[in-house]
Formats: sequence, C-alpha cells, structure tokens
Amino acid sequence: MERMLGYGQAIREALDQALADDPDVIVMGLGVPDPKGVFGSTIGLQERHGVERVFDIPLSENAVTGIALGSATTGLRPVLVHQRVDFALVSFEQIVNQIAKWRFMFDGRLSAPLVIRMVVGRGWGQGPQHSQSLQALFAHVPGLRVIMPTTPSDAKGMLTAAIESDDPVICLEHRWLYNIEDLVPQERYRVPLDRARVVRSGTDVTLVGVSYMTLECLTAAEMLADAGVSAEVVDLRSIRPLDIDTIRESVERTGRLVVVDNAHVVGGVSAEITAAVLERSFASLLASPVRMGFPDHPTPTSPALADGYYPLPEDIAARTAAVVGRPAAFTPAERGERRLDQPDTSYQGPF
Amino acid sequence: MDQSALRQDLLRSMLRIRMVEEAVADLYPEQEMRCPVHLSIGQEAPAAGVCSALANGDQVVSGHRSHAHYLARGGDLARMLAEFYGKATGCTGGLGGSMHLTDPEAGFLAATPIVGSSIPVGVGAALTARNRGEDRVVVVFLGDGAMETGILHESINFAVVHRLPVMFCCENNLYSVYSPMSVRQPPDRSIVEVAAGHGIRTWSGDGNDAEEVAGLAEDAVQAIRLGSGPAFLEFSTYRWREHCGPYYDNDLGYRTQEEFESWRDSDPIEILARREGWPDREQVALDIAEEIRAAVEFARSSPFPVSDSMRSTLVPSS
Ligand SMILES: Cc1ncc(C[n+]2csc(CCOP(=O)(O)OP(=O)(O)O)c2C)c(N)n1
Ligand SMILES: [Mg+2]
Repeated sequence: MERMLGYGQAIREALDQALADDPDVIVMGLGVPDPKGVFGSTIGLQERHGVERVFDIPLSENAVTGIALGSATTGLRPVLVHQRVDFALVSFEQIVNQIAKWRFMFDGRLSAPLVIRMVVGRGWGQGPQHSQSLQALFAHVPGLRVIMPTTPSDAKGMLTAAIESDDPVICLEHRWLYNIEDLVPQERYRVPLDRARVVRSGTDVTLVGVSYMTLECLTAAEMLADAGVSAEVVDLRSIRPLDIDTIRESVERTGRLVVVDNAHVVGGVSAEITAAVLERSFASLLASPVRMGFPDHPTPTSPALADGYYPLPEDIAARTAAVVGRPAAFTPAERGERRLDQPDTSYQGPF
Repeated sequence: MDQSALRQDLLRSMLRIRMVEEAVADLYPEQEMRCPVHLSIGQEAPAAGVCSALANGDQVVSGHRSHAHYLARGGDLARMLAEFYGKATGCTGGLGGSMHLTDPEAGFLAATPIVGSSIPVGVGAALTARNRGEDRVVVVFLGDGAMETGILHESINFAVVHRLPVMFCCENNLYSVYSPMSVRQPPDRSIVEVAAGHGIRTWSGDGNDAEEVAGLAEDAVQAIRLGSGPAFLEFSTYRWREHCGPYYDNDLGYRTQEEFESWRDSDPIEILARREGWPDREQVALDIAEEIRAAVEFARSSPFPVSDSMRSTLVPSS
C-alpha cells in the first residue's frame, strides 16, 4: 500500500521498521527523543523501542561517533543523527581516519556498518555555520558511501538499504525536503545506494540535480519546455559511488550536460561528474558542460545576500537554454507569499 | 565602587538586556528578523555580574546565546539589532546574524554557535595577552551543554598548563535545547568539581543573583590579574523562553510548568531590585525604552547590504 508521507515521516518509518526487524539497530543523536524529534524523523521511536535502543546523547558528537564505530564493529547497527552537517564536523576525525578506513586497514577482518544522518540547512538566516552542504568533503574519502535522497520514497528505501549495508553510509538530508510529500510504500523496501534516477525524460539536454536542486531542476525543465527546450532531469541520489553510467547514457543521447549541485562549485561534486563525462563521453558532447552551485564564499546570513546565493529555477533555465543555443530570459517561478529564504510560508525558521 | 552604586549598575544592565530581548521577541513575529535568535531572558545576571568585574581591554567570547554577553560588555545595541535585521549597518554587515556577534572595540571579541568551538578561541586570546605582556583577562561564556564537549576540557587543560589569564563562566540553565541534565551528565556530579579536576581554581554561585555573581567574578578576576592562572565559575540560572526563537515552549512538555514558575519567581531583576529599593527604576526603564526605540528605528531604516561589497576581500579566490 502506498500513501502520501512527508520526508521526515518516511525516514521515521524506515527507522521504525529497521528497529522492529533487527534488535541490533540503535538510533542516537542530540534531540532524537525530544518533542520535535529531529524535524519529525525520530518522533515516538524511543517510546516504541526503548531507551536502550533510541536515545539522546551528551553534547559530545566526536566521542559518540567513535562510540558508534565501536558498537558497529562489534555487532550493533547504529544510526547517528545530526540536526546539521555543520555539527558533525566536530567528529570529522572519527569519520575520515577511523570509520572510512576501518574495513580496509584491518584487511576486512573488521567492518563499520553504521549510518550517519546529517541535515543540510538553508534559509531563514542559517548563515555560515548552519547551512553547509559538504557532500564533496565526504565523497573525497574512499571507504564511505554518501547518499542524498531527494524524495520521501527514496529517503525511506535508501535509508533502509543504508542500515542493512555493511559499509558506513553518510546520509545528507536537505532541510527543505522535509516540507515535501510523496507516495511512499508502507512495507519495508530497499532502494539501491549507488544508482542515479532519470526523473524526467528529455532530448536536448541533461540536467543533473543534487538533492534539493533536483526539485529546482524539475521546475526549470517545466520553464524550458514552455520555451521549446526538452530537458532530461537526473536525480543523482548517490554521491559516492557516483552512478556515472546513468548520467553518461543520458548525456550521450542529449549531447549536453548541466550539473546543479547543492554546494560550492569549486572542488565540488559537479566537477567530478563533469570530469567523468568528459573523460568517457567527450565525443558525444555538442556543447561545453556547465556547472552551477553556490558561489565561492561562505553562506551569508542576511536574506538580502542569501537570496542571491542559491541557484533558482529561472537561473538554471537560462543557463540551460544558453547551452542548448536558444538563449532566453525566464520569468521567476510563481512564489505567492513565499519569500526566497523559505521553501513555503509554513517554514518561518528559526531552525 | 560602593555596593549601592554597583547594584544600580547591575540592575540597569540586566533591565536593559531584558528589555532588548523582549523587544526582539515582540518584533520577531513580524518576520523581518530572519535569523535564529537564542534569547537570554531569565539569565541576565551572569552576563551583567561577570561583565561588571571587567576593565577596559578585557575581552569576552561567547556562543550561540550571546546577546546578553554582548550587551553587558558594552557592544553597540543599534548595530546588534541591525544585524538581526540583516542590514549593512549590522555588527557583521549582515553576514553573521544573531549567532555571530562581534564588537572588538567594546571588548566583545566574538560569538559563534557551534557549541564548544569558541572556547579555545578565548584561550588563544589569553595566550596573546600573556605573550605580549598585556594586562588583560579573557572571559569565555559557555553553557552546561558545552561541559560535555571534549574541546572544553582540552581548552581548560591548556589554559592551566600555561597559566593563562582566562575565566571560564558556565551558565548552568539545566537544559541543552530540550534535553535535561539527566540524559547528558551523571546525576551527582557537579560541574565545578569536573573543572576542578583539571587543576583550575573554581567558584560557583547563584546565577540569578547578580550581586553575588559580581562578587565572585571580582575575586576571580583579581586572582587572575595577580597571576594565579585561569579560573572557572559556574552559575545556576534558567532560560525562560524557548531554546531558539521568541516564544515560550513549556507546552512541549520537556519541563514542567511548576519548574518554570519557580525559576521565574526568582527573577534576577526583582531579587536585586528588592534588595536595593531602586527608586530610579521607572526613569531607567524610560531611558532604556528610548534607546531601544532609536536602535530599532536605526536597524529598520538601514539599507540591506549589497552582494558585491564584501566577497572579493573576505575570501581569497581565484
Ligand atoms: C557541536 C554542536 N552540536 C549541536 C549544536 C546544536 N545546539 C545549539 S545550542 C545547543 C544546546 C546548548 O546547550 P547549552 O550549552 O547548555 O546552552 P544553552 O542553550 O542552554 O544556553 C545545541 C545542542 C551545536 N550548535 N553545535
Ligand atoms: Mg544549558
């Protein structure tokens, strides 16, 4: 049975079912059992599965990450939750030096089957330290899997697969995705951790979106259709490993590539995708690939500055139309009362 | 300073913090201050008391809940409010918002909101003071939650080893967001005793009694200036409003209404006002209200920043 669920509810269901199916699964993190339950994604889990399996942590993310590793390598399946990517940075040493290399450096005699969820912030003045999207940092490190599900149904299926995976998985969840709904199957199911997905077919150009930017690409594709440009949209979903085959297959049909990352362009995932396509499908390209993302400076707090920081659908459409050789200006998407620093009017910060 | 003059200063400082924070809470629902705000209503006394013990040149570092510290240290009110409004005239030109305040000239060095992360910065400022032979004390404000971070302990350890002129001030308000002490720290372990384990001198007191805070801070600052190395102070207090944002949140059920009311009844302003009598209260409130009115007017009428002004100079780029 399928029914409409929000992103947070879908994640909650994945966690709930994993906890019910496997007594070794645990869920921990700051605020996990609190009344807000990490944007709804952990609400009620402690009541259902007990304080030994679902619990709050001291403000000690670094140690708790190592504790997650220690529990994982001895049999548990921990899911560690951070309300912001930025907070997880205090545990970067554990993730990069220990967790990522655990299986390799012990020649496969030990492993680190754990999941670390991190929420990417945006809007309402989240600013320099509450809105970073650092998938490229994690993706640079061999040994990690890095996923960024966009839809509630993918969030549930990929998180389920991540918990069952014997590899450490970093799951990055965009805060604004918590405001969308989608048809989600009720039963437990898995979505592969290494597959991009074509979410709209087209013939003139391939738009690759990362996380929330996939939704912006879909809006841009609508605008482009009105202008007579047929855009295919690929939801990247998996950052490491990259599903270059799906992207190549699309680009070899359309001949053009625009990558829209939810992160800085410089040194970002968009560079990796573009390079891989150029290396392998150079001959089928009809135009230079284009990369879009955040400018080369930290996120400013003031809405006056942050509004210009993020690529908008009309920006994506304009760049794409130019790539296709049919330059056009696009009027901004209808926003109603919504201002640019909120996904819809229900989101009024503060967090 | 005679005790009555000190009390009046503390009262004025606390009332100013209270009124500014309440003005922010009142204006926030207009949705023109578009950044997270962590208000200090109810816990004005540690800020006022500690800062009353500081001299020109001393520096303050803080975290996410920093408005009271900034104001008590003499940070520019109008530029703080302009910052909340995201304006070019804000104390960080709109780049940082409420969670990243600075007013170096006033002795408020910096506040940043990753819990624990600004603590070593204060220790580093104290290192500068020692190496340059500057007579300066650096205050690091932190919450009970920061006691759980490794970086706090590493920072105290370093400060003790190097006998640096730094004063750690922990405001223990019993909660980290909605998480009570019971899920974060052992039940019968006191915060100052943990700190004392690092070999640092400690003081603790009623964080809703600004006069007591001021006295302890005075002693600690004096000891630091005499070269006895760093100090650690713990003050018990309570946050009245929600963790982040303008409203009350007791309805969420993470703490009881009774607990909230018992703390609200020991209002730091009323405690000291009763002791002092404070005949000038009305006039002081009027003056502060006028200062706030002008600051809000300044903030609202200031221009927004334009995007190109800062980027090329603040970040090295290709
Ligand atoms: C490293 C890190 N983890 C989590 C957070 C989210 N966070 C912001 S404030 C806070 C609670 C801090 O509690 P405490 O230190 O007691 O200060 P209080 O809010 O009570 O003043 C948390 C968990 C953060 N900012 N940084
Ligand atoms: Mg606290």
